[in-house]
Amino acid sequence: MNIIEINNLTRKFDNKNAVDDISFEVKEGEIFGFLGPNGAGKTTTISILCTLLQPTSGLATISGHNVINDRDQVRSSIGIVFQDPSLDGDLTAEENLRFHGMVYNIPKEIREERIEYLLKMVDLYDKKDELTKNYSGGMKRRLEIARGLLHYPKVLFLDEPTIGLDPQTRNRIWEYIIDLQEKKGITIFLTTHYMEEAENCSRIAIIDHGKIIALDTPDNLKKDLKGDLITLKTSDNSAAKELIQSCFTIRPEIKGDSLYLYAENGENFVPKLFRALRNLEITSVNVRKPTLNDVFLKLTGREIREETLDAVGRMRESSRGR
Amino acid sequence: MLKAVYTIWLREIKKFIRDRSRLVSSVAQPLIWLLLIGTGFGATFGNVGDLKYIQFMFPGILVMTLLFSSMFSAISIIWDRQFGFLKEMLVAPISRTSIAIGKSIGGASKSTLQALIILVFSPLLGIELGISRILIVIPLMFFISFTISGIGIIIAARMESFEGFNLIINFIIMPMFLLSGAIFPISNLPSWLSAIVNINPLSYGVDIMRWAITGVTERGPIYNLIILGLVCIITTTISVYLFSKGK
Repeated sequence: MNIIEINNLTRKFDNKNAVDDISFEVKEGEIFGFLGPNGAGKTTTISILCTLLQPTSGLATISGHNVINDRDQVRSSIGIVFQDPSLDGDLTAEENLRFHGMVYNIPKEIREERIEYLLKMVDLYDKKDELTKNYSGGMKRRLEIARGLLHYPKVLFLDEPTIGLDPQTRNRIWEYIIDLQEKKGITIFLTTHYMEEAENCSRIAIIDHGKIIALDTPDNLKKDLKGDLITLKTSDNSAAKELIQSCFTIRPEIKGDSLYLYAENGENFVPKLFRALRNLEITSVNVRKPTLNDVFLKLTGREIREETLDAVGRMRESSRGR
Repeated sequence: MLKAVYTIWLREIKKFIRDRSRLVSSVAQPLIWLLLIGTGFGATFGNVGDLKYIQFMFPGILVMTLLFSSMFSAISIIWDRQFGFLKEMLVAPISRTSIAIGKSIGGASKSTLQALIILVFSPLLGIELGISRILIVIPLMFFISFTISGIGIIIAARMESFEGFNLIINFIIMPMFLLSGAIFPISNLPSWLSAIVNINPLSYGVDIMRWAITGVTERGPIYNLIILGLVCIITTTISVYLFSKGK
């Protein structure tokens, strides 16, 4: 069963396509990852699905409701955790949840019961009477996840749920996400540019320049890259490339000062490789399983630039603190 | 719809009651105006008609309280946008209209409460208010500040940041206050100034407030009420429209 269906969705900003004719489905109960560098169109897509932004053309439905015409039904069936915090810092955690429960029209007794349950779930019950402006980044995010769940949405959208958080908190948040999917059967739609996180998803769509360039399970995406990734540095990379191409049915690529090639059973392949390159000086070698970063690299010829993204993340984090 | 408006209102009130320091400063400012300008100008002007200057000015100071408080309350939408909470409201299954109306009613409630605190000082100025007058003054305060909130939301609906904030204070709020007849009578003004006063909706609020508190009026309560009613309908409609269209 598809819970989200997207058909030929396009959104233009000043004649530039932020989202360019994308189509895909999200199945009920899966963790769907939306992966891509900043500016690829992830947040734009989420904004359209959350009814905050009108598409230029195309169609999207959530649980059968059209995001353009049936906004209120869509809004009732989704929960959202935005990339930037959206709590009222001058209200306590409990009051933030209560506000949410009231605008989503949850009957009082059920509301209060769920608030208690969810605050306990995200370990914030003993801090429920504190103003959320005094919360740390991780606590805010946890509270927002609790808030997103308060009206029992069918789909929970998480826009970069772990950006700017320390590794420990990131793991905690992932535990919640996986738990929600397994125990409650909630469909989770999340965006991320962290490759390691994307591996936890049931399926992943990779988006770049507003287009979906791949969509599959993490394993299948990696299977396309045959075998293990071997990174090699030699005294003469282009000579090495020629040699490898003539000896094996492999086409290595030169990027920077390294040679990249994929080979099945990398550990056993390296000795053969060394034998073939015996006339060259090999300065370093590395064998590892391919990651989604390699998938992205293969598909786009670029890396998702972690360094610049982290700088953006830090900036965002520091502006949050104000 | 009603529940949504109530929820938005409740949030405004809760935050208002919690923020004591802002309450104190928002009441202190008009009292300082009253004390300094009232005494200072009073010494020069003497009386305005049958009223002592400070009595003449007092209703103007009440409207000033309403003006500042309602404007700031409406403009807090920019804060909500900046700190992300506006998004939480916008993705909720409630209409944009109820958000705008909830904000306006919240702002009007807060402003009325503040103006009532100022009103407590009226006996010190020799103004005797019976229960019947107070029963007219309270809804009037609410009505005037609801109208001003609409203007505030119109301004805030398209503002993304606080960069224009000083501009608003210097070029909208202060002129509206100074050219409303709050601190000087409008009967003997040169025609160009008089024209500006006449297109300033606040001057109708000041005149009707002065009528309700002292019985003195320039234009008569009915005329004031009609103009204010029209302004209220127009600003509320525009503010709701802009808010529904905005991001």
